[in-house]
Amino acid sequence: MLKIKNLKADIENKSILNNFNLEIKPGEVHAIMGPNGSGKSTLSNILSGKKGYDVSGEILFENKNLFELETEERAHKGIFLAFQYPLEIPGVNTNIFLKTSLNAIRKARGEKQLDAIEFLKLVKLKAKDLKFDEEKLNRQLNVGFSGGEKKKNEILQMSILNPKLSILDETDSGLDIDALKIVADGVNSLRKKDNSFLIITHYQRLLDYIKPDYVHVLMNGKIIKSGGPELALELENKGYENFN
Amino acid sequence: MREKEITKLKDYKYGFTTDIENIRAPKGLNKEVIKFISKAKKEPKWMLDWRMKAYERFKNLKEPNWQKPKYPKIDYQDIYYYSAPKSTSENPKNLDELDPKLLETYKKLGIPLQEQQRLNGIAVDAVFDSVSVATTFKDKLNEVGVIFCPISEAIKKHPELVRKYLGSVIPLTDHYFATLNSAVFTDGSFVYIPPGVRCPMELSTYFRINASQTGQFERTLIIADKGSYVSYLEGCTAPMRDENQLHAANVELIALDDAEIKYSTVQNWYPGDEDGKGGIYNFVTKRGLCKGINSKISWTQVETGSAITWKYPSCILQGDNSIGEFYSIAITNNHQKADTGTKMIHLGKNTKSKIISKGISAGFSDMTYRGLVDISFKAKNSTNYTQCDSLLMGNKCGAHTIPYIKNKNPESNIAHEATTSKISEEQLYYCQQRGLNPEEAVGLIVNGFCKEVLQQLPMEFAVEAQKLVGISLEGSVG
Repeated sequence: MLKIKNLKADIENKSILNNFNLEIKPGEVHAIMGPNGSGKSTLSNILSGKKGYDVSGEILFENKNLFELETEERAHKGIFLAFQYPLEIPGVNTNIFLKTSLNAIRKARGEKQLDAIEFLKLVKLKAKDLKFDEEKLNRQLNVGFSGGEKKKNEILQMSILNPKLSILDETDSGLDIDALKIVADGVNSLRKKDNSFLIITHYQRLLDYIKPDYVHVLMNGKIIKSGGPELALELENKGYENFN
Repeated sequence: MREKEITKLKDYKYGFTTDIENIRAPKGLNKEVIKFISKAKKEPKWMLDWRMKAYERFKNLKEPNWQKPKYPKIDYQDIYYYSAPKSTSENPKNLDELDPKLLETYKKLGIPLQEQQRLNGIAVDAVFDSVSVATTFKDKLNEVGVIFCPISEAIKKHPELVRKYLGSVIPLTDHYFATLNSAVFTDGSFVYIPPGVRCPMELSTYFRINASQTGQFERTLIIADKGSYVSYLEGCTAPMRDENQLHAANVELIALDDAEIKYSTVQNWYPGDEDGKGGIYNFVTKRGLCKGINSKISWTQVETGSAITWKYPSCILQGDNSIGEFYSIAITNNHQKADTGTKMIHLGKNTKSKIISKGISAGFSDMTYRGLVDISFKAKNSTNYTQCDSLLMGNKCGAHTIPYIKNKNPESNIAHEATTSKISEEQLYYCQQRGLNPEEAVGLIVNGFCKEVLQQLPMEFAVEAQKLVGISLEGSVG
């Protein structure tokens, strides 16, 4: 599904990622762990199409060169990023944002757009699963939401858009244990043989609830070790500093 | 080059010209021209005398220059003050007699005048350059006593009403452009709603400038008698020309006891090209008088066009318990400039006013909100709430908020809130990651920003206005 070969990324002449390689197959869950500044967020930004990086190498998503696709085209193809810091958009109703987003993606795929009633039915169902306060759906997008609510809102969007590749950029940071479980349940309910996940995190904690197939350790812009879930535990015990 | 022209046409779809034979007054401003206008309109002598009085006053006035958008000196002798399609000089009695080119023009603008295609529930007065060419649903309105006709017709048929109210809110001596209008005004709409009548349909006027080198000086007068209600909407467009054209209108509203007037504007005059060449100078005086107790006047404006917009639709709250409202969306893109806002003059007791202003600037444009809230010492227990929000797109445009506040009454209360925000790259990226292209993202954010004002528009026009907001900002992203 996703093949990253020799990815190199610089920002303002500073090298962030170098000789980065990763392959994710359909249905797999990969976790990337690494200390601050190791390049985790850069990776999610580049995959989702944020501008401002000098990149070389190759990223194929379902055999299509990602670098040729605009940010929104990547979303249409099924790439979703749960933001580390979800944006506030004053004046824009959360429900309307979600509906506009879903219909833009459906339209690009040549699928029928949902009318207001169909959409509300869907969103209510998903919000209930995530214990997301329905009243918040009628508020301005993320405005006045707590950190946890913003993160849950990301997972709500993810479950409505049902993407092929979901990238979770430190979704667990700032979540209390109850919210963490809800987020994990949300991810687990989307795990299917065609849906893949890339989970970026500092801590092992989230991986207690979302069992990854692979764990990668990212340091100084490249993956220095890959393994199974046990690698996360090892990392937790040793700390990043002693890991090398 | 050719391709560029095509994209421009797409941007401003009302930019076409109707090729039609005109009758024009001689170029320039003088007594003879004013007599020409008055004669062409077959006006009674009192009207001509009134115009002449205004002209004498005008000669002694100086053009103001305190506004923020400056413009090259206007040569008032180089303008045609009257231009009308030749075919209308024979007074067509119905649409069958009207020049088909005019019908075609309005059809292209989306305002069909023919009976079978008329907009449901909306009566239209169509003003083309200096004359009203048609008014629909006149008879139906007549049944309930509502008068809706060109002002030139009202001067002849309802002189008692016109003489009583014309200039009662914007006096002859008011200011430079208003006084110029009083001397040379050509056409516009007249509305009278009799006591206790709720006007059964939306009334609207569609202003079209067509002829080149011509100024449009419209005059609108709306009177809502005791206990009546009317909702009125005006729309405006003009062809694309590389010259600047002057539009200096006067609009007067009078609400008597317990009456309510809702006045909405969707202004889409040609804004000039992307380098700032051409476009309309929209210098307009709009003022409403809440004359009676419990009366209410509400202005809603969506200002997206014109090279320069300079206007302050205002309310004089004379009657006790009267209410004035101003809801505004002003959008400037490319090199457009706007200096707009309102004046709320509280004279009566327990008067209330509300100002919601949303300014959006993009490109190299510049936007100023300027507003006055004046509570007199007699206006006990009065309140004003003002909210001014500005949204910037890019870093080459400007937004300014200049509120003037005078409160001479200790029992009255004024609240002012203002915000300035920017559509950030991060917000756009977030929306794009959710599948919206940059134009859709901007549209969503801007419509969210404007929602409070868009909701005030009559439903039939809200959707159009929402689209217009999106189109006006096209090309301002990235």
